[in-house]
Amino acid sequence: MFFSLSRRDWLLRCLKTSAGAWGLSVGVSRAQDMSVLGRVQDMSDARLRNFDEMIAPYVVRQPVKQGGITLSLPMLADNGHLVPLSLKVDSPMTEESHVTHVYLISQRNPVPLMAMFVLGPWNGRAELSMRVRLSGTQMVVALARMSDGTFRYETQEVVVTEAACIDNG
Amino acid sequence: MHMLFHAIGIPLAIPRLSGQTNFFSICCQCALVCLLLQLPWAHAQQRLLPLDKLQSGLAFTGPEILDLQGDDFANPGLPYMDKGSKLWRQIAGKSDKSCQSCHGELNSMKGVATRYPSIDKASGRLFNLEDRIRNCRQTRQKASEWPLESEELLAVTLYVTSASNGMPIKVSIEGKAKSHFEAGQHIFTKRQGQMNLACTQCHDQRYGSKLFTDKLSQGQPNAYPAYRIEWQRLASLERRLRFCYTGVKADIPPWGHEDMRDISLYLMWRAQGLNIEVPSVRK
Amino acid sequence: MSTARLQLPARIVEGDVFKLRLLVQHPMDSGFLRDLDGVLIKRNVIRHLQCILNDKEVFRVEPTTGTSANPLFEFYLRATKSGELYFRWVDDKGYIGELRQKLVIEPTNQSKAAKP
Repeated sequence: MFFSLSRRDWLLRCLKTSAGAWGLSVGVSRAQDMSVLGRVQDMSDARLRNFDEMIAPYVVRQPVKQGGITLSLPMLADNGHLVPLSLKVDSPMTEESHVTHVYLISQRNPVPLMAMFVLGPWNGRAELSMRVRLSGTQMVVALARMSDGTFRYETQEVVVTEAACIDNG
Repeated sequence: MHMLFHAIGIPLAIPRLSGQTNFFSICCQCALVCLLLQLPWAHAQQRLLPLDKLQSGLAFTGPEILDLQGDDFANPGLPYMDKGSKLWRQIAGKSDKSCQSCHGELNSMKGVATRYPSIDKASGRLFNLEDRIRNCRQTRQKASEWPLESEELLAVTLYVTSASNGMPIKVSIEGKAKSHFEAGQHIFTKRQGQMNLACTQCHDQRYGSKLFTDKLSQGQPNAYPAYRIEWQRLASLERRLRFCYTGVKADIPPWGHEDMRDISLYLMWRAQGLNIEVPSVRK
Repeated sequence: MSTARLQLPARIVEGDVFKLRLLVQHPMDSGFLRDLDGVLIKRNVIRHLQCILNDKEVFRVEPTTGTSANPLFEFYLRATKSGELYFRWVDDKGYIGELRQKLVIEPTNQSKAAKP
């Protein structure tokens, strides 16, 4: 067989091969790159829970009413790892009428319950502060159980921004 | 003298005066040569970020971070201060001495952090403050090594740095430090990484503008060690600089690399006059 | 070693409802993040933290992975009797952290007068 290529065909073939090789190498390095970024589980794609599923485990079938709680978180969180949270439940905190438990529930975190507090009349005030983790923009629910077995709640939406450069080190 | 000028290709037209001509013109020529030779060093010392424009990272953060840093009790970096204070007083190694045994109380460290990185006389190397503390612990206390970025080293570095809180930065770039300064300046101004970006492009030219939702800061070193919320712990300047390399997708040098110290020296020179503020809180 | 710092008002008078701030040093590793070598960092969070005053539990929190690292807890107590505040927390590794601080409550003029 006589194999002959014009110079032009030969050059074109070389170009196509090298372009293909370059494309492959970029693809491979991108894949490696993605594996670096993939070190952190991307929580922000997690499903948003609905309100009922968020409170059901604690409320069971008791009466729930919105209000009587002042819940305060920043509207825009600098970083999801540390979001300051404060709350105050309106209650005389007497033996007859007080808050027994406070639940802080997340709409999107892998673990819905962020913290649970146990209180009593000895606290004098049902006022708490802490720092929570929020994986992405979501609603936060503060649920308070009263000494008569009823529940009160309040919600707030928090926008959580991502750090500009994702880093796991 | 004329040969020298021909060699550097500068035509010189200093008129020859009668009488003391030669001496005068020679003096002028000498002065000009000296000036020209100094120009590259003078140029290197030109500040891309003028001193009156310096701003701490706090100027680019949100209200929550300002509150966190300003909280005298609950600043998340403060437990490390408590630890640092304990370690300062802890007897260690074959020397049976603590930091306190030789250095006394914290106020003996006033001003120290404003002068680092600096050249270690014994080895001739450029030491950052962490290197100095590690070196002291090994050579003087004859105690076990504290690895870079270990909690103990971070805690004591924070403790020592805090003695300089409120004091302005002033590092020396003379003598042996000069070449390190130039190396650091070169790294800061050269394009690097897959993103082909130079530090100066963002931090000298575009600070204050937004990178996604983050406001670009000037990249100042005055607030390190810092509690970085993203890492949920205290971090050194070296760790932060390594992360900068990640940001532009460049290969990160290994821990303890001279480049990191050279950049730190350049940054501290660039930050002259900014006050030390630790423990800071950063995103 | 998990250390903590506690902030109380400088002066507490009987009957006051006063604020306590507790900052605990703890990584609160969620178990979802990886380290620099790509290895998953095992979950290690504080399971529960309690405040015991004069043998009675007066505060309890059960945090989860949704609580920030180096957690801060602020709560209130009604000032009745002086005593010792004893904080105790246990994490996933079973490590027990403790902090003790004397609680000094000044009697009011009324209660002073009531004494024989």
